Amino acid sequence: MNSLPVWPIMLPLGAALLAVIWPRRSAWIGIAASLATLTAVGLLMAQVASRGTLVHALGGWEPGLGIALRADALAVALLLMSSLVALAAGWYATGYFRDANRQSQFWPVWLLMLAALHAMLLSADLFNIYVTLELLGLSAVALAALGGGRAAIEAALRYLTVGLLGSLAFLAGVAVMYTRYGTLDMLALAALIEPGPASWLALSLMTAGLLVKSALFPLHFWLPPAHANAPAPVSAALSALVVKAAVYLMMRLWLDLFAPILGPASAWLLGLLGAAAVLWGSWSALRAQRLKLLAAYSTVAQLGYLFIFFPLLAALPPGPARDTAFGALVLMALTHGFAKSALFLAAGMIQQHAGHDRIEELGGTARALPVTTFTFALAGVALIGLPPSGAFLAKWQLLSSAIALGQWLWVPVVAAGSLMAAAYVFRVLGFAFGPSNGVMQKLADGREGLPALLLAIVATAVLGLGAAAVWHFVAPGALLTEAQR
Amino acid sequence: MLFAEITYALTGIGLFALGLRGSLLRRSLLGRIIGFNVCGAGVFMLFVAIAYRGPEQVPDALPHALVLTGIVVAVSATALALALGRRLRESEHE
Amino acid sequence: MSLETWLPALIVLSSLLPGLIIFMLREDDHRLRTSLNLLGALVKLLLVGMMIWGVFHERVFETRWTLAPGLDLVLHADALSMLFVTLSTALWLVTTVYAIGYLENAPNRSRFFGFFSLCVTATVGLALAGNLFTFVIFYEMLTLATYPLVAHKGTPEAVRGARIYLAYTLAGGMLLLVGAVWLRTLAGPLEFAQGGILGNIDGLNPTTLSWIFLLLIVGLGVKAALVPLHGWLPQAMVAPAPVSALLHAVAVVKAGAFGIVRVVYDVYGVEFADSLNLLAPLGAVAAVTIIYGSVRALSQDHLKKRLAYSTVSQVSYIALGTAIAGPLATIGGMVHLVHQGLMKITLFFAAGNYAETLGIHKVSEMDGVGRRMPGTTLAFTIGALGMIGIPPVAGFVSKWYLGLGAVAAGSAAWVMPVLIASSLLNAAYFLPILYRAWFREPTREWPASPGHSGRLETHAFLLWPPVITAALALAAGLFAAAPYSPLEWTQIIAAREYRE
Repeated sequence: MNSLPVWPIMLPLGAALLAVIWPRRSAWIGIAASLATLTAVGLLMAQVASRGTLVHALGGWEPGLGIALRADALAVALLLMSSLVALAAGWYATGYFRDANRQSQFWPVWLLMLAALHAMLLSADLFNIYVTLELLGLSAVALAALGGGRAAIEAALRYLTVGLLGSLAFLAGVAVMYTRYGTLDMLALAALIEPGPASWLALSLMTAGLLVKSALFPLHFWLPPAHANAPAPVSAALSALVVKAAVYLMMRLWLDLFAPILGPASAWLLGLLGAAAVLWGSWSALRAQRLKLLAAYSTVAQLGYLFIFFPLLAALPPGPARDTAFGALVLMALTHGFAKSALFLAAGMIQQHAGHDRIEELGGTARALPVTTFTFALAGVALIGLPPSGAFLAKWQLLSSAIALGQWLWVPVVAAGSLMAAAYVFRVLGFAFGPSNGVMQKLADGREGLPALLLAIVATAVLGLGAAAVWHFVAPGALLTEAQR
Repeated sequence: MLFAEITYALTGIGLFALGLRGSLLRRSLLGRIIGFNVCGAGVFMLFVAIAYRGPEQVPDALPHALVLTGIVVAVSATALALALGRRLRESEHE
Repeated sequence: MSLETWLPALIVLSSLLPGLIIFMLREDDHRLRTSLNLLGALVKLLLVGMMIWGVFHERVFETRWTLAPGLDLVLHADALSMLFVTLSTALWLVTTVYAIGYLENAPNRSRFFGFFSLCVTATVGLALAGNLFTFVIFYEMLTLATYPLVAHKGTPEAVRGARIYLAYTLAGGMLLLVGAVWLRTLAGPLEFAQGGILGNIDGLNPTTLSWIFLLLIVGLGVKAALVPLHGWLPQAMVAPAPVSALLHAVAVVKAGAFGIVRVVYDVYGVEFADSLNLLAPLGAVAAVTIIYGSVRALSQDHLKKRLAYSTVSQVSYIALGTAIAGPLATIGGMVHLVHQGLMKITLFFAAGNYAETLGIHKVSEMDGVGRRMPGTTLAFTIGALGMIGIPPVAGFVSKWYLGLGAVAAGSAAWVMPVLIASSLLNAAYFLPILYRAWFREPTREWPASPGHSGRLETHAFLLWPPVITAALALAAGLFAAAPYSPLEWTQIIAAREYRE
C-alpha cells in the first residue's frame, strides 16, 4: 500500500486525458474520477492516521534526484477537503453547464487543476512545488476564462500575468536555496537550515511570490474580478482551493521549513497585512453590489484571518499551546474552504434562476429557492464565525492565543471583521427574505442545491461538532520538523 | 566565485528586473507577455550560473534540468496568454 | 451511556429534532406539524420532570463533549439551571399552543415553527450550560434562531426591526465572546460552581477582572435590555405576538438576565464580586433601567411598546437582586426570573388576543374591551396587578424579598425609593388600562366572536394560554410558601450559593 500517495494525482490526471479523448462522456468520467480520488484520499487518511507520515519515491528513485511524495497530516487534511469540494462542485457543474461544448471544455481542465493541486500538496521538494504551482495556476486561469465574456477574459489575463510573476519570484527563491544548500528536498533542507543572508533572501523571494498568489493585501487586486466573473463551480474551486494552496505553501515555509530560524517578531508584517485584509476585504464586501463580488471580497478577508495566525505561531514555542494554535489555523482553513465553496455554488444557483446577481434586486429569493437560501445562511454562519461552525472554535483559539501572548492588536481586528461579515451576510439575507419584485417561481431546488447544502453542513455542523478530531489528527507529527525528532 | 558565474548571475538578475518592470508597466498585452518571458529568462540564467562548477568540471545537471522544465512551463504560459489575448481581441471586434 | 450522561443532551435534542423536521414539511401539512410541536414540548416537559426528580435526589446529570483541546461543551443540571429550564419548557408548551392558534392561516408556518423550536433549543441549551464556553455557544445560537422570528412578517418594518435587533445582539455577543475568551485564557476552564470559581484562583489581577466583568455584563446586558443597551427591544415589537411573548418572557431577555446571574454567582461569586466593587455599578445601572423603562412606558400608546418598556424595567429587578449582596436579595432577584416570566407572558398573550380578534393595537382603543373579552382581560388584570406588586399575585413576593434584602444589606437608602417609585410608575401605566378596559363604554363596534368557537370570546388556543399563565402567576404568589414553589426553589439555590 506504499504507492497510495500516487493515486490522488494519477486518477484526476488520467481522467483528464480520457475526458479529452471522449468529450461526450466527460461529465461521467469527471464524476467517476472525483469519487475514486475521494476514496483514495480516504484510504490515505486512514493510513496516515494510524501510521504517521507516508513517503513514496516515484519510480524508486531516491529523493535528491527523483521525485518523492510525502503525505503528512496537514497535506492529507487539505487533500480531503479538496476531494470533497471538487466532488460537490463537479456534481453541481454537471447541471450548471447547459451547453455540451462548455461541459467538454470544462472537465479536462478541471481535472488537470485537481491533479496539480493534489500533486502540490504531496510534493516533498521545492522544485516540484514550483512546477505544480505553475500547473495549478495555468489551469485555474483557463477555468476562470471559461465564462467567455470580456470581463472574465480580462480578469483571467490579469490573474495569469500576476500569477506568473509570482511564480518566477518563487523560482528565484528556489535558485537561491539551491545555491546555498545544494539540495531542494525539504526533509534534507530542514536538517541543514541555518540563519543567514541567503536564507533570508530565499524566504523573501518565495514569500513575495506566494503572497501574490494568496491574494494577501495589498496584492489582492486580481482576485475579486477573477473570482466574480468565473462560472460558479470554478469560483468555488478558486476561492476554496487554489488560493488555499498558496496559503498552505506559506505555512510550509514559515511554520515548518524556516521555523527554527525565524524569530518571534518576524511574522508581524504578515499579521499586519492579514489584519488589513480582514478590514479592507470585509468593508469592500459590505459595499459590493453583486453577490459573487461580495463572495470574492469575503475570500480576501477570510484569508487575512489565516495570516493573523502567523505572528501568533511564530511567537509560541513548540508545545501544546502551539499545537492547539496550529490546529486552529488548519480548522479555519478547512471551514473556509467548505463554506466559501458552498456560498459560490449557492450564488451560482441564484444567478441562474434570477438571471443576475445584483444583491438589491434579489427579493423573493427565499420563497423561490428555499434550499439555496438556507445553504447561503449556513455558509454565512461559518464565514461570520458563529457557533456551531468550526470557524467559531478556531476564532476562540485565535483570540485566546493573542490574549495569552499579549498581542492585543488582533482582538479588535477579529471582532470588527466578524461583525462586518455578519453585516454583509445578513444584508443579503434581508433582501432574499424581502418582497419579490420579479416573477421568480417557487422551485424545487432540492436536488440541484444538494451539493452546496452538503458543503455548508460540513462547514457549519460537521467541522464544528467534530473539531476535536481535526485537532487530534493534525497536531502530532504534522510538520516536517516535528517528524524529524 | 568564478568570473563567468558572476557575469551570468548578474545578467540574470538584471533581466529579471527588466522583465518585471516591463511586465508591470507596459500597456499592451504583447509587451507584458514578452516582459514575463524576459523575467523568466533572467531566472533561468541564474540557474545556469549556479550549475557552473569551473572550466574543467562537468556542470551540475540538476539546475539544467530545472531550466528545461522552466522553459516548458514558460512556453505553455505564453501560449495560454496569447490565446486569451486573441479571444479578447475577438470579443472587442464584436 | 447512562441516563446521567444522556438526559441533558436529550432535553436539548427534544426540540432540535422536531424543529429540523418541521423545516422540511410542506406548508399545508398542519396536522403533522402541530403534532410534532406538541409532542416535542410534552416530551421535553417529561424529561425535565425526570431531571428535577433526579436533582432532588442528589443525582448528577452531565453531558460532556470535547470540541477543542481544553474546550468542552458541558450540559449540567444544577438548581439554577433547573429553575430556568423548567420555566422555559413550561412556557414553551403554552406558547406553542398559542402560536398554533395565532398563526392559523398565516403563511410560512413551517419556517416559523422550525425556528421557534430552534429558539427553545438554544434557550434550554444555555440554561443547562455548565461552563461559560457552552453558555456563549448557545447564547449566539439564540441570536441566530430568533432573528428570522422577528423578521417573520417580511414587511419592511419587520426587516428593519430585525436588523436593529441583530446589530445589537451580535455586537453584544462579540463583547461577551472577547470577555469569555480573556477570562478562560487567564483562569482556565470556567465551569460554573456555586459560590464562584474566581475567588479561589490566585494571581489574578483585580483590574483585569474588573475589565472582563465589564465586557461580560455589557455583552449580556444587551439581551437583558439594560439601559442604554435596550434600544432593540421596542423595535423588535414588529414580531408576531407569540414571538414577542417568547422573547420577553422566556428566551432572549431572560437569557441575558440569566447570564448575569450566572456570571455573578457561579463565575465570580457574589462575595468576591462585591470585594472587587463590581456590584455597586451593576446595581446603579439596574436602578436606572428600572426607572427609565417605566418612565418611557408611560408615554407609549401602542400597547406592545408599553409592555416592551415595562419589560426593560422589570427584568432589571433580576439584575438589581444580583447586585445587592445577600441571600434575601438573591432570592428576590432569582424568583423574579420566574414570576416576571409568568406575568409578562400573560400580558403579551392578552395583547396578542386584542390585536388578533379585535384589531386593537393601542391603549386608547381599549375602552370597554373587558365586556367583550372578559377572560383575556381578567388574565391581563392579574398580570398587571402582579407587575405593580399587589398581593397576592407573584410580583409582590419578588419585590418583598428585594426590599428585605436591601434592608439586610444596608442598601435600603437607595433601593427602597427605586422599588417604591417603580411600583408607583407601574401603577401609573397599568391602572389606566384596567380602568379603560373594565369601566369605560366601548367607543366602537366590536367584531362578533369568531364563528368556530361561538361561545368563547376568541379561538380556544388563544384564550387558554393567558388564562393558564395568569393562574400560575396567581398560584406562585398565593402558594409561595408551599413546597416546590419557585420561591422555595430559589431559597435552596441561595442557601447553596452562600454556603461557601
